[in-house]
Amino acid sequence: MDWEALALSLRLGLFTVLLLMPPAILLGRWLAVTRWRLKPLIEALVILPLVLPPTVLGFYLLAAMGPNSPIGRAWESLFGAGIVFSFPGILVASIIVNIPFAVQPAQRAFEAVGTDLRHAAATCGLSPLAAFRAIELPLAAPGILTGAVLAFAHTLGEFGVVLMVGGAIPGETRTLALSIYDRVQALDNAAAASMAALLLAISLAAVALTFALTRRRPHVGT
Amino acid sequence: MCRRPFLALLIALVAPMPAAAQRPPAIAAAASLRYALDEASAAFTRETGKPLRISYAASGNLVQQIRNGAPYQLFLSADEDHVLKLADEGRTLDRGKLYAVGRLALVASISSALKVDPQLAGLRKGLADGSVKKLAIANPETAPYGTRAREALIHANLWKQAQPHLVTAENIGQAFQFATTGGADGGFVSLSLVRSPGFTGRYAIVPESWHKPLVQRMALVKGAGPTARAFHDWLLSPRGQAVLAHYGYGPPPRCPPSC
Repeated sequence: MDWEALALSLRLGLFTVLLLMPPAILLGRWLAVTRWRLKPLIEALVILPLVLPPTVLGFYLLAAMGPNSPIGRAWESLFGAGIVFSFPGILVASIIVNIPFAVQPAQRAFEAVGTDLRHAAATCGLSPLAAFRAIELPLAAPGILTGAVLAFAHTLGEFGVVLMVGGAIPGETRTLALSIYDRVQALDNAAAASMAALLLAISLAAVALTFALTRRRPHVGT
Repeated sequence: MCRRPFLALLIALVAPMPAAAQRPPAIAAAASLRYALDEASAAFTRETGKPLRISYAASGNLVQQIRNGAPYQLFLSADEDHVLKLADEGRTLDRGKLYAVGRLALVASISSALKVDPQLAGLRKGLADGSVKKLAIANPETAPYGTRAREALIHANLWKQAQPHLVTAENIGQAFQFATTGGADGGFVSLSLVRSPGFTGRYAIVPESWHKPLVQRMALVKGAGPTARAFHDWLLSPRGQAVLAHYGYGPPPRCPPSC
C-alpha cells in the first residue's frame, strides 16, 4: 500500500470538494431558477467535462497552464514554481473534471424545491437571501451532499487528466489511481491489488451513500 | 459542533505537506532503470540519510514533462539524444554525463511457445508459423529501447513480418509487463528489467551490433539542489556503478573529458 499516494488522494479529494462546492451550489441554484435563453448552453458546458476524453482536457489544461501560457507565467512569478506537474496543477484539473458531478445534483435539488415554496417564502416577508439560507439550502442539502460525495469519490479515481497534468511525481502528483498503474508496471501485483480493493470499497461506499441520501430527501409541500 | 472534527481532519491532511524545498528532490528516470535505480537510491539513502523521489516513464515523455516545467532535478535518460535535446534548449546545467550502457533483450514468459535465442531464430520461426501472435515493444517514438528494438528487427529482416503482431507499450516497463504476464507471447525489453528479482521467464541478449548502442546519459536540471547533485556523483562512483553492473549495465565508454 502506497500510504503517501493515499494521503495525497484524500487531500486532493478534500480540497476539490472544499473549493468546488460553494460555486457549484450557487451555479446549481441559478440554473434551477433562471429563464435565460442561453441556459442550455451553460448546462452543456457544465456537463462537458463528463463527456470529453480525459486526454482532451489534459491537453487543453497543459496548454492553458504550461510554462509559456499567461497563467503559467503569472503563477511562476508569484510562487517561483510552475503550476503543471505540481499539486495545485492537479487540483485545478480535478476541480474542472468534477464540475458536472457537483453542479448537476445541486441543480436538481434546487429545482425540486419548486417555485410555490419560493413565492410562499417571499409572501412571508423573507428576503431572497434569507429564504435561500433558511428554506432552500436545508431542503437541497441531500442533493448538495450527493454532489460532494460523488466529486470526492471521482477525484480518488481520476486517472488520465491527473497523469497528463501531473506526471506521477511521488508525494506531489502520484495519486492512488496512478500508483496502482505504477505498481502494475513494476509487476508488484500485491500492492496493486490492495490499493485497487481500497478504491473499490471507497467507490462502493460513496455510491451507496448517495443512494441513501437521495432516498431520505424530505417530502415538501402539501 | 460537528465542524470541529472536520477541521481537525482538514488540519491533519494539510499539515504533513512540507514546503517544496524541504521535500526530497524529484528525479526523472527512464522506465528501464526501475529496479536498478530503486536499489541504487535505497543504497544512497542508507549511506547519506537523504531520501529521493523517483518517477519512471519513457525518456521522451519525461523530456516533454520537463519542458512543461515539471520540477525534476535530475534526468536519467535511456539514451543520449533526449538529454542533449534538453541541454540544447538550455534546461540542464550542462550537457550531462554518460552513466551506463544498456543492452536489449528478448523475453518470453515460461508458458509462452516462443523460443528465445540471441540470433532471433525462434522468433523468426514463431512469426512464420503463426505461433507468435503478439510481440511487445515500447513505443519507438518515445522510448529508446523501443527504437533499438525496431532497429534490431530491421537488422534481422523481421520488421515486416513482426509489424502486424506488435503490441506497443507506453514505456519499456509496460512492455515488460505485457511480455512476462502472458498478455503477449514475448517482447523486447532492457536487460536491466530482466535482472529484476521477480523475473521468472526466459531471455536472450540481442547482439550489440544489431542496433545503435544504448549509451545512456544523465544531466542535472537547472535549479538542482545538493541532494540531487550528490546522487548524480554517487551513481558515477564505484558503488553506484556496481549497482548498475548488477542489473546488466556496462560502464560508460571512455571518451574525451567533454563527455
